[in-house]
Amino acid sequence: MSVETILIVGGGISGITTAVEAAEVGYNTILVEKNPYLGGRVAQLNKYFPKLCPPYCGLEMNFRRIKPNPKITVYTMTEVEEVSGDEGNYKVRLKVSPRYVNEKCTACNACAEVCPVETSSDFNFGMNKTKAIDLPHEMAYPMRYVVDRDVCTDSSCDKCVKACKYDAIDLSMKPETVEVNVGSIVYATGWKPYDAANMDNLGYGKLKNVITNMMMERLASPNGPTKGKILRPSDNKEVKKVVFVQCAGSRDENHLNYCSAICCMASLKQATYIREQHPDSQVVVAYIDLRTPGKYEDFLNKVDADENIKLMKGKVAKIEEDPATGGVIVTAEDVEGGEKVYEKADMVVLATGMVPSVTENASLSFEENGFIVAGKSSGVYSTGVAKRPSDVTSSILDATGVALKSIQSLVRS
Amino acid sequence: MADEKKIGVYLCSDCGIGEALDIEELEKVATSEFKVPVCKKHQFLCSREGVQVIKDDINNGEVNKIVIAACSPRVNNDVFDFDPLKNVVERVNLREQVVWTQPSDEESREASQMMAADYLRMGITRAEKAEVPEPKVTDVNRTVLVVGGGVTGLTAALEASQTGYKTVLVEKSGELGGWAKKMYRVFPSKPPFAELEQPTIGAKIEAAENDKNITIHTNTTISSIEGGPGEYKVAIDRNGTEETFDAGSIVLATGWKPYDAGKLDHLGYGKYKNVVTNLEMEELVTKGNGKVLRPSDGKPAKNVVFMQCAGQRDENHIPYCSTVCCNVSMKQAKYVRESDPDAGAFVVYKDMRTMGLYENFYKSAQDDEGIFLTKGEILGIEEAADGSLHVEIDNRLLDRKMKVQADMVVLATGMVSSMVPDDKKVNNLTPEYIGNMVKKETEDGEIEALEPESLILNLKYRQGPEMPHLKWGFPDSHFICFPYETRRTGIYSAGAVRHPMDAVQSAADAAGAALKAIQCLTLTAEGRAVHPRTWDRTYPEIRFESCTQCRRCTVECPFGAYDETDDGTPLEYPSRCRRCGVCMGACPQRVISFKDYSVDMISSVLKSIEVPDEGTFILGFVCENDAYPALDMVGLNRMNLNPNIRMIPLRCLGGLNLVWVADALSRGIDGILLLGCKYGDDYQCHYVKGSQMANERLGKVQETLDRLMLEAERVEQVQLSINEWEKLPGIIEEFSKKIDDIGENPYKGF
Repeated sequence: MSVETILIVGGGISGITTAVEAAEVGYNTILVEKNPYLGGRVAQLNKYFPKLCPPYCGLEMNFRRIKPNPKITVYTMTEVEEVSGDEGNYKVRLKVSPRYVNEKCTACNACAEVCPVETSSDFNFGMNKTKAIDLPHEMAYPMRYVVDRDVCTDSSCDKCVKACKYDAIDLSMKPETVEVNVGSIVYATGWKPYDAANMDNLGYGKLKNVITNMMMERLASPNGPTKGKILRPSDNKEVKKVVFVQCAGSRDENHLNYCSAICCMASLKQATYIREQHPDSQVVVAYIDLRTPGKYEDFLNKVDADENIKLMKGKVAKIEEDPATGGVIVTAEDVEGGEKVYEKADMVVLATGMVPSVTENASLSFEENGFIVAGKSSGVYSTGVAKRPSDVTSSILDATGVALKSIQSLVRS
Repeated sequence: MADEKKIGVYLCSDCGIGEALDIEELEKVATSEFKVPVCKKHQFLCSREGVQVIKDDINNGEVNKIVIAACSPRVNNDVFDFDPLKNVVERVNLREQVVWTQPSDEESREASQMMAADYLRMGITRAEKAEVPEPKVTDVNRTVLVVGGGVTGLTAALEASQTGYKTVLVEKSGELGGWAKKMYRVFPSKPPFAELEQPTIGAKIEAAENDKNITIHTNTTISSIEGGPGEYKVAIDRNGTEETFDAGSIVLATGWKPYDAGKLDHLGYGKYKNVVTNLEMEELVTKGNGKVLRPSDGKPAKNVVFMQCAGQRDENHIPYCSTVCCNVSMKQAKYVRESDPDAGAFVVYKDMRTMGLYENFYKSAQDDEGIFLTKGEILGIEEAADGSLHVEIDNRLLDRKMKVQADMVVLATGMVSSMVPDDKKVNNLTPEYIGNMVKKETEDGEIEALEPESLILNLKYRQGPEMPHLKWGFPDSHFICFPYETRRTGIYSAGAVRHPMDAVQSAADAAGAALKAIQCLTLTAEGRAVHPRTWDRTYPEIRFESCTQCRRCTVECPFGAYDETDDGTPLEYPSRCRRCGVCMGACPQRVISFKDYSVDMISSVLKSIEVPDEGTFILGFVCENDAYPALDMVGLNRMNLNPNIRMIPLRCLGGLNLVWVADALSRGIDGILLLGCKYGDDYQCHYVKGSQMANERLGKVQETLDRLMLEAERVEQVQLSINEWEKLPGIIEEFSKKIDDIGENPYKGF
């Protein structure tokens, strides 16, 4: 008889989907997330393409489904340490890192007010500061603060502990080990942005006004570092002209040998962010191929109809600082025009690709780019971008089907 | 159990509530005004000790309606969790929406206290009126009906079977396999995504045919489907013989059909024998056993030109991209090369769309010196005397026009959903569901009405026989985060019928749809709603004696949950219902109620507010899914809100009943603000058109206002996304100023 529980590794939109969908069929699910909150990459997005709707809307509905469902157990700040056993009966050891904040936290913010340490915000890609103790972001689930002990400058500092009248902060918290028995395992470990600094000619890391597409999401978000105003990082000036560089790393054998599947739509979407902030703003998108499959064509047509957006088939050769304006000069080859073009702009957005987060794990088999094919033994599955580059809705489609596959493992064993 | 005596009010003084508010005064509201039998204060209600106080009272039989005046219902749900089938739990949001949105200075104290007292009154009233759900636990039929026997339908049936469910698969044609069976080879489905693969459809057909859980009917169409999830009655026409059976849920997997190449005569199709479609290319290669022989004379093809987007991405033909054709042409270019190593293929594309890991497949074609690829356009095709073709190409990469001599031209024609009737143009369809606009005579004169057209499912539903569709005929979900959201509960579309997709994604989609079909059975059996309110075990109950057969509920339900009798009386199908309450809002007779949500309840809640005799006072109706969390965020960010507003959350703004507007205005409330989701083409309403229905009802509110001799501007709807909390204080302030300018409600003080 199989253990009637499914373990889902990764609490982004794919993992949440697998956990919720399987639980609503009646199976127990354990959802394990490394971050102190659920939502993964989509929690960092300003809007989804092509509807331009906020990802929080769907996340909130998923959290509403999770909260009253006793069949779903959520572990945040947790990673899988060891897996043994077979389909139908896996033993998994989970390592729960200390949050230093317990369930008594009421999210009152008194701790953050007294915390003397400011640290760069990971959630906002270092574009602003948070306190060493803080809420990961406003709509975080669970709604609970977390201490980044690595940045506490004085290990004896206990200002937050004293400020908390709920006894919610415990700086002596230790990592814990939890053993769980599950019948099947789904890896929904998602992706991270490709390191744009690897592309020397594009200037990322050297030029402040060259940012990545994920940074752009945070800049445009109402709860981002600039409260949704798109300002260029060097001097917080409003941006009037932006160049998007497609395939920054993707489809390039020196970097990523695949297409990241989302970046064309993401940049077209971000072009609308720029356009809606200023009526006279201008956007140039330099692409190899515009990949807007299926019904997304409609969105491409809408964006293309905007006279202030230029879509140019072209390869960007280099990006330099414009000393006169503090902006950037982009040198590119316009493939269809057959000539070199120079575009002066306030800011460049690199459409950096997706790299799978987990690329090493002895119990999993990977394809050559590092995406997870499946487990080496039956009853272990992958889904979402951990499996292959895909957009949100395709990831959720896959995650729903994989929920059924993971149930079948329990049914047959 | 409508036992008023069993209400317990629990007041928490933590998280700044105790500092900002006079808890004793709140206690008096509960004990003196409402005479609740149990009212307790606690320093830290969500602590183990605090929760134990409530648990003890429940266990001692003292309370069964629990009003918790503390934090937002969005938090601490696991803590304040008391058997929802035995206890009504009502959360009064003093923390996020009162204390955290009000300044802590002395002058603000009085306003905060009034806010808190009102919210407590509203919460107690809500609890008084609410009953615990009595779920309709039913025996459901657990067979899944799969419509369509192509790769999607076969996969759905096999996946359901492997999960232990029986399926009946209905296929219109005489054989299984659909288009997949016509493929000579398939493009790569697995790493390294470079080699052509043998089709696996044969194995799939065999597996389905040998599966005891799967009943297959070929040469069969559906005559009618009646009922709802868990209780469908399906009638089929099997080679002229009628049969009926029961099913619990449905997967619609009827796939696609090729775009009519006859409309592409400008590309030489139909005129020149050696111009073929990509599907004809498959047949030709299969017939030639791998050899590419040109149709006119059977000579081996030495040069083949592939034209991508033959009709696709063209508003005169197929306005969308068919997703698969780039990979298909790469595959067929390889046929040409494998057929004859000296032969060449020339692919002319607009954009090469080999998404994701398929990039490697594209690369393998690029690496082949016999395959030429260019962005460009075909300007013209002419036939030579020997049947070969002169193709003029505008090569956009070289920026010059060129002529190519070819033995064949393959048009990469696109996919059209099988939900598009043959006599209709895919780029110009009537909205929602397939039908024809006709003039109808009614008592009000001549009106335009949609006459539904039966096509595949033949649902005997009040709102039409087929699945509502989006643009271009796809019966797809409108939601990015919920691809299996469906307008017809229990029916899940999968594969190319709902979006252009390849066989690999169709198989994944089939598994997803099979899960949803199975999940629907599980939830229905427990008396629960399906997505999104899966926690909800209430259902609409109708007081038929007061129903006037106005048909509003049967027309306005976003999910077609009601049918109706000939005289217009609604026929309920609770398992089709999603519990949004849009019907409740639609009903002018107020006869539709849920155990914990009714017109009377909300009327009573708003009447419990103590409207001050002076000053502008506003009532807000807010969508509990998006606007309500945004209000919480206002508190979390300690932004100040105008204290002269009270919010009533609704399951969906579409539940707004106009009687509430009249009730509120006749109570002296000066203005009413509706905060709901965006509507229109890119709607965000979780119930499809709830917020839009609210807006349409608002158009009719004039009558109510005229009767009360009030200004129409006193009621306003604002579309708000969940992440737009920064805008909320301003929206409320602006509305308040507008009401100030209009002046006081003359009913104030009466």
